[in-house]
Amino acid sequence: MIKGKFIDNLPRVYGIYTGGFLAFIIIMAIGEQMGMTKYAIGVCFVAFTIFIYALIGWLSRTAQADAYYVAGRQVPTVFNGMATAADWMSGASFVAMAGGIYFKGYGYMALLVGWTGGYVLVASLLAPYLRKFGCYTVPDFIGTRYGGNLARFSAVVVLTVASFTYVTAQINATGTIASVALDIEFQYAVYIGLISILLCSMLGGMRGVTWTQVAQYIVLIIAYLLPVFWISNKMGAGFFPHFMLADEVARIGELEQQFGFVKNSAADLATVPKGLAGITKAHSAVNATPWAFISLALAMMMGTASLPHVMMRYFTTPSVKAARKSVGWSLFFIFLLYSSAPMLATLSKLSLIDPTLSTGIIGKSIAEVQSIDWYQNWNQANLMFISDFNGNGTVELNEFFMGGKAVVLATPEIAGLPYVISGLVAAGGMAAAMSTADGLILAIANAISHDVYYKIIDPKAETAKRLVVARVLLVVIGFAGATIAAMEIQGILGSVIWAFDFAMSGLFFPLVLGVWWKRANRQGAVAGMLGGLAAGTWYLVWVRTGGSGFLGITQLTFGIFGSAVSLVAMVIVSLMTQAPDAATQKMVDEVRVPSGKTILGKQ
Amino acid sequence: MSNQTKHWEKSRTLLFITLAIWFVFSIGIFLFGAEMNEVTGPFGYPWTYWFTCQGSLGAFVILIFWFANRQEKIDEEFGFSEREDE
Repeated sequence: MIKGKFIDNLPRVYGIYTGGFLAFIIIMAIGEQMGMTKYAIGVCFVAFTIFIYALIGWLSRTAQADAYYVAGRQVPTVFNGMATAADWMSGASFVAMAGGIYFKGYGYMALLVGWTGGYVLVASLLAPYLRKFGCYTVPDFIGTRYGGNLARFSAVVVLTVASFTYVTAQINATGTIASVALDIEFQYAVYIGLISILLCSMLGGMRGVTWTQVAQYIVLIIAYLLPVFWISNKMGAGFFPHFMLADEVARIGELEQQFGFVKNSAADLATVPKGLAGITKAHSAVNATPWAFISLALAMMMGTASLPHVMMRYFTTPSVKAARKSVGWSLFFIFLLYSSAPMLATLSKLSLIDPTLSTGIIGKSIAEVQSIDWYQNWNQANLMFISDFNGNGTVELNEFFMGGKAVVLATPEIAGLPYVISGLVAAGGMAAAMSTADGLILAIANAISHDVYYKIIDPKAETAKRLVVARVLLVVIGFAGATIAAMEIQGILGSVIWAFDFAMSGLFFPLVLGVWWKRANRQGAVAGMLGGLAAGTWYLVWVRTGGSGFLGITQLTFGIFGSAVSLVAMVIVSLMTQAPDAATQKMVDEVRVPSGKTILGKQ
Repeated sequence: MSNQTKHWEKSRTLLFITLAIWFVFSIGIFLFGAEMNEVTGPFGYPWTYWFTCQGSLGAFVILIFWFANRQEKIDEEFGFSEREDE
């Protein structure tokens, strides 16, 4: 209906959309001047953006398998890059990453390198070849390349474990934001988040998710960059923070020297609410051993190249060539946000700890800080806390605690920006978490509906029936995710990092060797997937239950152990069993050549 | 040697070059993180800090576009590039 025309008009459609969104921000700013309450502004931002996404989701409804699974394979390079960036940048990137850097400094900046460097692996090792394959899902590739239901099913298992871990974190993030912005209990806010997520993907599948993700990228990048530039200018730190914060970074180092990192006693720490942390590590000094930094970066890079919801975005491009370029555009759009995260952490930290700034709270009296408006709000939300441990009446660096999520969400308020910016940031965080959750839930539901139901259980199922199954699964998985998210087992950043480790343990080598090693066979792949996943999971459980670990591999990098086991198992078992037949070898040859029909298109 | 074998050999060489550059920016320089951070780098940031915030990230973006262009040239050279309307 709108299809052909819609694709040609994309720049115009999203140009108007961006203009409309900016106009909306201005209207809200005027509303604030005229006395709109903070609550009303927060509700308007969240409700308006979700309404737009739901509208896009409804307009993209479809009854065709090709549109539902791969958006009709006609998403242009640059727009697919934007959609991937939104798909990729989750609540963890938007809400939690700057917080991680704020608290842990250099050690957590490994995430910046890991979550970008992985795209080089995606572009060079996998994306173009999987696009040539012409599959609907990642297990579709594994199942066809290696053959057999067991290989296909193993891939579905790994995909589900990794994506499900990831999605609970995203639903948790949408719940946090909805509960703060709409002022409702977290347990209920989680389900509001979930319903908004399902509105985008239920009717249109991949097509709906693609066009909402582009819209969500635009919201989230504006919401992230605007406060960074504004705060930097307001503080007089420089009009282009990325190139001008060297003095501020150095100043934080000085202040850290001056205050020192006082270690709190266990008894004192026990009074701090769960989940809040203080600043205990230097901001820019290299305080991690090279291996701690490199192992975290490496785990995130290999995890990136194994996460099915990202890989599946490159199935939607019109050609192999476009898939490659599209990876570049994805990373460019991600770069815009990631290079700003450390700047935001720097500005946020300096405005809080520098006593010479009016916003600084270190050195002020406890009573004075407790009477600040924003402190009361965030303290009430259980995301901020001060306590006079040494009894001297003033706030010290070690006496101030904050939740990781609060760094991004509260900074505009702390820096004295109008509340409209806080509303915008809430909408941005919501967009980031929703877009990723949509991609993940869709990846799981598609894998189960396409690979388990259609390919294994009922290969004769009609398209209409397959799509009904896919949609039912979408809802079931969403609700399961929300139920677990409501229990709050692990923080946002922690669960996301685990998801990467699970994915790389089971899928990295079976995917890469499927293209790059002809000799890899079914038995090897199954051993690699199941062995890797089992080894990684075992290591995680072992370390969590008091195990000492080895080689400096922690619970955040257990994928390094899992994937090593996966590689060894896959190579040994492959070599011990029969080489793949001639037809499979020929198929691999064809995957390596961009021209011609897709592999699955021929069958 | 067939056309296809030659094409794959060239593609593989390109992959190794790409991965070598990737290794330098993602792992290599961080082996010397502590030493490099003593030296002032671009825009006045310490070198390691700058690479983690901007340098390596930017290098990856450029590297992917460079890789995509080189691979397209290789595909064209052996007549394996896609026709526009495919």
